Amino acid sequence: MKAVLFGASKGMGRALARLMAARGDRLFLIGRATDDLERSARDLEIRGAPAPVKTAYCDLLAPESFAPALDQAERELQGFDTVVVTAGLFATQEELENDPQLAARVLAADFTGTVLFCEEARKRLLAVGGGTLCVFSSVAGERGRKPVILYGAAKAGLSQYLEGLDHKFRARGLRTVCVKPGFVKTGMTAGLKPPPFAGQPEAVARRVLRAIDRGRPEVYTPAAWRGVMCIIRNLPRFIMRKIEF
Amino acid sequence: MTLQPHRSKLTGWGRFPVVDGLVLKSENLPAAAERATLSRGLGRSYGDSSLPAGADLPVADATLADRLLGFDPASGMLRAEAGASLFELNRVFLRRGWFVPVSPGTQFVTLGGMTASDVHGKNHHVDGCFGEHVRGLKLRLADGRIVECSDTCEPELFRATIGGMGLTGHVLEVEFPMRPIPSPWIWGESRRIEDLDLMVAGLKEAAREWPMTVGWIDCLARGAKLGRGILMKGRWARPDEAPEKPPPRKRRFRVPIQFPGIALCKPNMKAFNLAYYWKHIQRVRRGILHPDAFFYPLDALDDWNLIYGRRGFTQYQCVLPHADGNGPARRFLERFVSAGGMGFLCVIKDFGAEGKGMLSFPRPGMSIAMDFPIHPTKTPTLVDRLNELVIAEGGRIYLTKDTFTRPEHFRAMEPRLEAFNAVRRRWDPEVRIRSAQSVRLLGDPA
Repeated sequence: MKAVLFGASKGMGRALARLMAARGDRLFLIGRATDDLERSARDLEIRGAPAPVKTAYCDLLAPESFAPALDQAERELQGFDTVVVTAGLFATQEELENDPQLAARVLAADFTGTVLFCEEARKRLLAVGGGTLCVFSSVAGERGRKPVILYGAAKAGLSQYLEGLDHKFRARGLRTVCVKPGFVKTGMTAGLKPPPFAGQPEAVARRVLRAIDRGRPEVYTPAAWRGVMCIIRNLPRFIMRKIEF
Repeated sequence: MTLQPHRSKLTGWGRFPVVDGLVLKSENLPAAAERATLSRGLGRSYGDSSLPAGADLPVADATLADRLLGFDPASGMLRAEAGASLFELNRVFLRRGWFVPVSPGTQFVTLGGMTASDVHGKNHHVDGCFGEHVRGLKLRLADGRIVECSDTCEPELFRATIGGMGLTGHVLEVEFPMRPIPSPWIWGESRRIEDLDLMVAGLKEAAREWPMTVGWIDCLARGAKLGRGILMKGRWARPDEAPEKPPPRKRRFRVPIQFPGIALCKPNMKAFNLAYYWKHIQRVRRGILHPDAFFYPLDALDDWNLIYGRRGFTQYQCVLPHADGNGPARRFLERFVSAGGMGFLCVIKDFGAEGKGMLSFPRPGMSIAMDFPIHPTKTPTLVDRLNELVIAEGGRIYLTKDTFTRPEHFRAMEPRLEAFNAVRRRWDPEVRIRSAQSVRLLGDPA
């Protein structure tokens, strides 16, 4: 597998990258902080990724960075067959409500930026006959919920987009994998009170990698969140207004 | 989105004391450390070493800073972020034929913690502490500066940080050589030992031939049986002895609930110790061992500290210089029994030379460690009695395990404290970096 990883220096992205490195996949890292990416690249090389693991600058809030980053990945890997996007911004509902500029950045990164990046990536994958586009959305996009109104709205849009891609392009070889993590204990969620069924990034990564290998269009992780969200999606509004979930 | 401290219940492995602390947790350890008054790893020190001095003093959680930054397969030299755990290192390197030069009795420790505690292992009589092997450290100092230190660059700071309980600065990166091993399996021999004299003699004799040794003692046996137990010896298996396959991932079990206090009543403890002793029904056993079974037998049970129930537990570990044979060890065990001590697990190990760490625990002599549940009034008294004996014997205690020692007792054991304090004052005149333990024992401001 030759994979471009967007956001592999932290959290679930880091855990997934390490699994891919351990089985010897060829990797190319893109992200905002290039110094930090270089450190992650060394980590992945030591864990088994064929050296050198190269890196390039790419920022969800700078759409002009998308094409050059993917160009460079194509050159370094001599073509790639997998693109994984774990990058994204997160803030609590309270922070987003109180800071419109922060809200604008989160919405732009998690929806517009991610979708435009996926457009770039999908064109390149389709041009070589297909491949896998794995993108981390969230269970927050499953239903309008009090603690994740703005973040969830962006993720809902993203999930919708990814489903559309899957319908349109699967026949032409593009396998879209939309990952919907529930609560996962990472640096991003440190300080939030973990609900039941909170997951660990390593377990999430194992499940996601299996989904990538099998080309499953949608994966809830930890698995229990499929059931949890099935209930939440079907709760009547008068209950949703009452609960704080 | 920016790094926010959050409230979290913090304890050491003994689950006492508990602090409702402020935690900064991030992959970006330098940023977290900049605002923190202490760094902590996986919280495997038993007492208050990894706890903040106050509920509003932020502590940096290093566990997400776990990247391996450089490895030279020719020399084995490894550089990694301080939050990298021994568990991860074993997962990555054991199959490839590399192991850390010194491993403590659990793999759920970080490199930063191994440095700060200057951990020792079954090979101490040959290889010394972990700190002997550390080539370089990157620290974030109290004033925010980031510095490299080593034997040649800021050597005083380096020696104070090894075994310095995290009080000299935040350890950000650690560099040390991994060691090549002939196979990832252990060739071990264990022997049932009838009493303390034989145990001490056995350890000394085994030390001459075996690179790794340790003894387990039935700490409820009395009289002629005092000090009976099992002596374990090991070395890395040669490729022709070892199974062809690498050791499989061991299944781990979880202790599901906090046990009720009654679980550790005297009959149960006695039964456990008896069973452990007589499980070893043959006098001698030899053979190939899984490295986890040899190095980390207790790691097979996740959260085993819950067995000790609501009040938690502590470990008392001291080293007694063996100027006059096994007398000190015998006096210690007798004192433990007469002071009403009731131990669950007791480990005995002969130490080699003292290391370079200014406050590093090991020194030549016999080390004894025992776990016991905390009783609010009896435990502090017991620790006092044991400390009085250790002072009289010229020994000292291991801060990583300590929860109850009095500052005057600690000072009496540690003539090296002044030198350590001087280095600390030089790099951190305002005593910004401190822990609950340093408040208790070193007189730092709360």
